[in-house]
Amino acid sequence: MPMNEENKEFRPLIVAFCCNWCSYAGADLAGSSRLSYPADVKIIRVPCSGRVNPMFILRAFERGADGVIICGCHPGDCHYSTGNYYARRRMALLFSMLEYMGIENGRTRVEWCSAAEGAKFSKTMNEFCEKVKSLGQNVRLGDLRCKN
Amino acid sequence: MQKIGVFVCHCGTNIAATVDVKKVVELVRYEPGVVFADDYMYMCSEAGQEKIIEAIKEYGLTGLVICSCSPRMHEKTFRACAEKAGLNPYMVEVANIREQCSWIHKDKEEATKKAVILARAAIAKVNLNAPLKEGESPVTKRALVIGGGIAGIQTALDIADAGYEVDIVEKEPSIGGRMSQFDKTFPTLDCASCILTPKMVEVNQHPNITLYTYSEVEKVSGYVGNFDVDIRKKARSIIFDKCTGCGECMTKCPLGKIGNIPSEFDRGLKNRPAIYMPFAQAVPAVPVIDRENCTYFKTGKCGVCSKLCPSKAIDYEQQDEIVTVKYGAIVVATGFDIINLDKFGEYAYNESPDVITSIELERLMNAAGPTGGHLERMSDHKQPKDIVFIQCVGSRCDSEEKGKPYCSKVCCMYTAKHAMLIKDHWPDTNITVFYIDVRTPGKNFDEFYRRAVEQYHVNYIKGQVGKVKPQPDGSLLVQAADLLDGKQINMKADMVVLAAAIEPNPGVRKIATMLTASIDNNNFLTEAHAKLRPVESPTAGIFLSGMAQGPKDIPETVSQAGAAAVKVIGLLAKDSLKTNPCTAQCDTLLCNGCSTCANVCPYGAITYDDVQVMDHGLRETRRVAQVNNALCQGCGACTSACPSGAMDLQGFSNRQITTEVDAICR
Amino acid sequence: MQELINRLKELLADGTVVRVIGWKKGDMPYNPEPAYFEKAEDFDNFVYDGFCGANLSKMMIEAAKLEGKTAVCLKPCDTYSFNQLIREHRVNRENTYIIGVGCRGKLDIEKARKAGIKGIKSVSGVDIEGDGDVTFDTIYGEKKMAYSDLMLDRCHVCKGKDHVIFDEVIGESKDTGDKDRFEDVIKIEKMTPEERFAFFKSELSKCIRCNACRNVCPACSCRKCVFDNTKFDSQQKANVDSFEEKMFHIIRAFHVAGRCTDCGECSRVCPEGIPLHLFNRKFIKDIDEFYGEFQAGKDPEAQSPLTDFTFDDLEPKDAVGRGE
Repeated sequence: MPMNEENKEFRPLIVAFCCNWCSYAGADLAGSSRLSYPADVKIIRVPCSGRVNPMFILRAFERGADGVIICGCHPGDCHYSTGNYYARRRMALLFSMLEYMGIENGRTRVEWCSAAEGAKFSKTMNEFCEKVKSLGQNVRLGDLRCKN
Repeated sequence: MQKIGVFVCHCGTNIAATVDVKKVVELVRYEPGVVFADDYMYMCSEAGQEKIIEAIKEYGLTGLVICSCSPRMHEKTFRACAEKAGLNPYMVEVANIREQCSWIHKDKEEATKKAVILARAAIAKVNLNAPLKEGESPVTKRALVIGGGIAGIQTALDIADAGYEVDIVEKEPSIGGRMSQFDKTFPTLDCASCILTPKMVEVNQHPNITLYTYSEVEKVSGYVGNFDVDIRKKARSIIFDKCTGCGECMTKCPLGKIGNIPSEFDRGLKNRPAIYMPFAQAVPAVPVIDRENCTYFKTGKCGVCSKLCPSKAIDYEQQDEIVTVKYGAIVVATGFDIINLDKFGEYAYNESPDVITSIELERLMNAAGPTGGHLERMSDHKQPKDIVFIQCVGSRCDSEEKGKPYCSKVCCMYTAKHAMLIKDHWPDTNITVFYIDVRTPGKNFDEFYRRAVEQYHVNYIKGQVGKVKPQPDGSLLVQAADLLDGKQINMKADMVVLAAAIEPNPGVRKIATMLTASIDNNNFLTEAHAKLRPVESPTAGIFLSGMAQGPKDIPETVSQAGAAAVKVIGLLAKDSLKTNPCTAQCDTLLCNGCSTCANVCPYGAITYDDVQVMDHGLRETRRVAQVNNALCQGCGACTSACPSGAMDLQGFSNRQITTEVDAICR
Repeated sequence: MQELINRLKELLADGTVVRVIGWKKGDMPYNPEPAYFEKAEDFDNFVYDGFCGANLSKMMIEAAKLEGKTAVCLKPCDTYSFNQLIREHRVNRENTYIIGVGCRGKLDIEKARKAGIKGIKSVSGVDIEGDGDVTFDTIYGEKKMAYSDLMLDRCHVCKGKDHVIFDEVIGESKDTGDKDRFEDVIKIEKMTPEERFAFFKSELSKCIRCNACRNVCPACSCRKCVFDNTKFDSQQKANVDSFEEKMFHIIRAFHVAGRCTDCGECSRVCPEGIPLHLFNRKFIKDIDEFYGEFQAGKDPEAQSPLTDFTFDDLEPKDAVGRGE
């Protein structure tokens, strides 16, 4: 849980949706290569980035996530040939809508990461955590009843 | 309510060093659904698995959560273990607390906290797991090998010898690939053609092998065990069955004497006619008309070959033909070529005909090559006295735009080979090799290279060449740095040979996309596991052989070809395959019949039917989605496209993912 | 209107259709209601004037399942919705007889209220064929308003006077558009993030989850809305907190993105007066910009942008921060 007391540093809660074939494997490679990134990132495995429904993203924010990142195969390399193309369109529209509603646009991100790109995965997570940390706690999309 | 057992693995110190495993067990013991929690040194070991089986039996567990390494490592292991104990294998979830936790976080408190969260997410998911049953799909007992070089040839021979039908699709007019262009091969100095051509002939004559040369794969659909492939047989303009391979057409083609069509086989060092066979031992021994350069196709005049052909085998009207064939497995053996050297202007490759690549040198030294095996400068046909070899041209390169980051593996050995062969024939040639490192890791490799240094007195200089300058007198000036002596060198050379980096054959990306096979940024096909599964693509049913997977020499290629063949044989030997049960499913009572899901399915697995439904007392016929479980690969595209949530994905259902999100954000 | 009524009676009488969907007089002169008409006598209550803003295409989802053909009166903008329903296999085209009715813009009684007109006894000048001002006979005397000042917001961005699908057309139509469709969206885009957040927070806090917008929307035709079923563990009935209002509206707009024809009904029926079209038009504007201009319902064969893709679609990171 992100703490916001005066003497405790703000640690963002980051949910990452990673596709099983490319980005989850990339995350595993980052792990085997011991390329660290903050423990704030928690990964949820999905079969394809196209599986990620906007409702999951909003749900994550509702329950207290400060940042959500979706990782998938590079466009053209999707294991299921077309899933990430649809994800790309969905996320473009969703992120644009969230920005329109005044949500800080650094809280969401899509990154294409192949199974061989362990270093890229680690770098991306480090960057994303930094950015979300600088934006502070998510208050605009949170549901106050969900804090327990 | 489920009865879930949680097992937290120490993995020796891999996990236990940065995650307080006992604390994790304590904290998850009281999660909703958990009736048993324990930790152990190595869950994947026989003893660890025994513990799981005992717990399932003793506590009547209905679900398992294993907190361990990545599911990509051992999900299969733990599923099989559950099955042994009588529990449905799909009631198992793995929380990745190694690759995605203990190995990347240094602070023990943080890593433990995260491990607990990941465990909670897995527990929350398992609470909603359903016992899924795998389906069965048939296997077409035929394999496709894309690429007819030594890798493709060896793979096909091994599969065919085991009794299975194999097709080879090769885009050039002849099989043989790169190896057919070489002169001698290291470390034994066998003649490349002598060891290759018998295999080429064997392939041609083998009853189980069908050759599609001058053909390309155009479309691939289907899935493991049931691929449908469209092969385009490009028009050779020759009627195959009539051609006797007599060669009259090639000798008499006017463009053979007066034309300027560079021979691809001879790397542009010689010209060829418009109707040609790439080389004398080509398999099949049937020529091809290069329609782009042939006078008849360009202007309608000539037609000499057709008039002279004794078998009347020439057919100018021949069209491309597309055949569709079913395969159970596909092997990618598309091989390599060397990089384009336009960005290496400093070596004057484009300026001087005496700066050549190693493959061009192979052709020059080959007795069947453009100079009949005489080593001569391409500018004045004089024999070179001073030859400089430059290593790592484009390999191990920092700049992505210029060259490749990897080591091409074969160049140190082939340069040593070239140096020794030249010295053998013309002992007074001075040979200098500029290298960064000399890499000779194979069997008898280091001894081979040391012969070049010690016995043949090839001058190896550790240093890099800055520039090659063509001089007015026709020679070349090589400006380099000697890194061990720490001085600049200006050396005269009659010929400079560049060991250019290798890269996978262009066009492999298109094939990888058609097969949905993973490919990396260097265009090498990715293997399922870098160490333990080197010949399989993560995509089921696709296998890798040869340079297409990574730089390697001929002995390794032949090894890998055999390995790929064994994997293919293992697949084709089965009469049916178990299919992934994590497929999409439509709740017919909620379905609107809007077709959104069918529009996004890449496999055409969704059809719409009129179905009788009974909905809260109302009996109606509705148009609803139906998923074909044999075709569905479980990607979930339909599931996120469905607005009402009627379409759901088993194994990764909407509620399951939502509950994982909730558990993480708690 | 009489021509329309006569024709409808004819269609019933000669058996071409078994029932008609149109509007009947409401309890006030300015709130006609959608209704079924099955016998000639029923038409005594039939009305079609400037207050008939309701989009009747959605009613055909159920009506087309009944025995016999149903005639439905569709304004030009309603026909886009009907085409979209055909595309999604929600209506049976064979069982429908579409009367394309004439339209010169529809009226919003809230605008009269905002102008201070109260105690309305009757209204004139609102016929389809008419011209000139609208006259309110109120208990405080006669009040007049220009027709275009009284028009619904959506009519100011009219899609055009042509019916895209019909069996016959009765009455003339006019293209009443005089504003840029995305003017309101652009105004909001120009605000700072804090201003935008405050704006949407204040608007959405009015939402009482009456679901009128969802019920009237022809694109929202799911048998069971995702917010009413257990599929996502997100069943919601009332907004107790700020997040749920946003979740509902963002997701509803997202689910209809690429299928929303911009018929404007959602904003018209919202009892709290929330400008819901701001969500839908934002998606339409983004879709036009990112993936090419697309009007849902124009071509029943066209692929919806969200079930389509190209290899060079823009990256999500380029979809944001465009103003900066």
